[in-house]
Amino acid sequence: MNRLFYIGISIAAVVILAAVFAPLLATHDVNAQNLALRFASPSAEHWFGTDALGRDVFSRILFGARISLYVGITVVTVSGVFGIFIGAIAGFYGGLADKFLSGYVFNVFLAFPGLLLAIALVAFLGAGLGKLILALCIIGWVGYARVMRGQVLKVREYDFVQAAKALGAGNMRILFTHIMPNAIQPLIVQASLGMAGAVLSEASLSFLGLGIPPPAPSWGTMIEEARQYFSITPHVLFFPGIAIALTVLAFNFIGDGLREYLDPKQRTR
Amino acid sequence: MKYKFLNFLRQLALILLVIWTVVSLVTLLIELVPGSPATTILGETATAEQIANFNQKHGLDRPAFFFSYDSETGVKWNGAENRYLDYWTGLLRGDLGRSFRTDRPVLDMILERYPATIKLAFAAMLVAVGIAIPLGVLAGTNKNKLIDNASSFIALLGISLPTFVIGPFLVYIFAVKLGWFSVGGSYYPEDIILPAVTLGAALSAILTRMVRSSVIEELGEDYVRTARAKGLSERKVVYKHVLKNGLIPVVTVLGLQLGVLLAGAIITEKIFSWQGLGLLLLEDGIAKRDYRLVQGCVLVISVTYIIANSLTDLVYGWLDPRIRLS
Repeated sequence: MNRLFYIGISIAAVVILAAVFAPLLATHDVNAQNLALRFASPSAEHWFGTDALGRDVFSRILFGARISLYVGITVVTVSGVFGIFIGAIAGFYGGLADKFLSGYVFNVFLAFPGLLLAIALVAFLGAGLGKLILALCIIGWVGYARVMRGQVLKVREYDFVQAAKALGAGNMRILFTHIMPNAIQPLIVQASLGMAGAVLSEASLSFLGLGIPPPAPSWGTMIEEARQYFSITPHVLFFPGIAIALTVLAFNFIGDGLREYLDPKQRTR
Repeated sequence: MKYKFLNFLRQLALILLVIWTVVSLVTLLIELVPGSPATTILGETATAEQIANFNQKHGLDRPAFFFSYDSETGVKWNGAENRYLDYWTGLLRGDLGRSFRTDRPVLDMILERYPATIKLAFAAMLVAVGIAIPLGVLAGTNKNKLIDNASSFIALLGISLPTFVIGPFLVYIFAVKLGWFSVGGSYYPEDIILPAVTLGAALSAILTRMVRSSVIEELGEDYVRTARAKGLSERKVVYKHVLKNGLIPVVTVLGLQLGVLLAGAIITEKIFSWQGLGLLLLEDGIAKRDYRLVQGCVLVISVTYIIANSLTDLVYGWLDPRIRLS
């Protein structure tokens, strides 16, 4: 494993711990307003200062981590499971099902720029956490399906699969107990990069006003609110910006490290 | 020759099929709107007559598709009198309908703003290439040294830093503090610099990594050894031979990224109030719930994206004969 992988794991661990223990770590009520203390600079009382409504930025960032990770984990799980299933079916059965799925359905989903599709869906469905997750799952599953299909096509030709077939194992047994466990490795990399992508997409949609509506402390919404007063108080934008960048960077480092570890060709370079 | 022609036809058919599906999906997206567009636009206080007039004017009184389903009557065949076909008929005549809010033709509104977005996307590409080629070559020719690790780190940082974080910081430093540029808008020629750098940052990071690995791969080839044996300077070897061959995959990524840039410009346009298609979609379309305009914008961006990607595939095949043969 390279050094960046360990840096990624460490940052991700801090973000996860911050999200889990947010109620204990938060120094103030996350939505408590104090207009007398608007745009206060970082101090012993307010570590990251306060925002336009006098709310504590540090506490909001901690709770924002919950939203980001919740969206990330849900999107990766749902789109991952769905994509893996569809990809496995396409790769294993081949034939017409594969031609339709990989030749047409995958191409249609890849033909849309991901963020635009999510924006379009949320624009027509309306904003909200559930709809945002649905939109991100709709754009996310194809990545997993494509990788899984490629993997299954490769693994199904291995000798142990032929041996299982010769021993009379059924299709489902071969697929789930022999092929899947040997095909799943690159999907772990995909999931890690998918997590970074989901966190970024959630923040982007919230920034555009199409994600989780205020007063929920989404990092994207915090940046959008801070942007209007940025020239007088840059710190209000700085901290949520750093939080997003570090979280996305951490999952990218993990994904990159895993990819290098799992691919010996890259390791020698 | 026959095989090539058939392959081209197959690719073309797939592109047309994908465009047809994308257009159909966008056309039908309007059915997802909770309630009806008429009440959303006219407000809860609108009279039944006003709503009926609105629906008739925009064709919303006609059934959505060839067939509809009702729990009481079951599946009902609507024939050719439907909105889906209306939209397609209009589209084939170059008519994207009229804006729900302003009543102007949607196509006119889009054509007014699209050049600004295309200009921004190309400027961002220029910035990205300008950063990526020297940095990627530097990293590739100094593999695993400090300079390589530093450029890898900068590249990953560029990928991870969202546009909406980079953008405001650039504004703060170069517009608010140094006063070199204006804070937003697209009035003067130099106004494009900050948005282009913001939009091009992530792409430059991706390209730097690509140029780096291409250079490393090409440096191991026999022709490089021959060139060195002939006594060519390292500079000539790298810039005349290695880069020429190493840039082929970069060209592909560049083509694929043009579509991403056009779509990604939405956020950059919002940050810098850049009067492009993205801002039209966000401010006039989504914020004012002008669904017809949203449909038009999404459609134009998607189709441009598909065409840019397909052209890239074709150019790539032309550049590298191995791809054509495979």
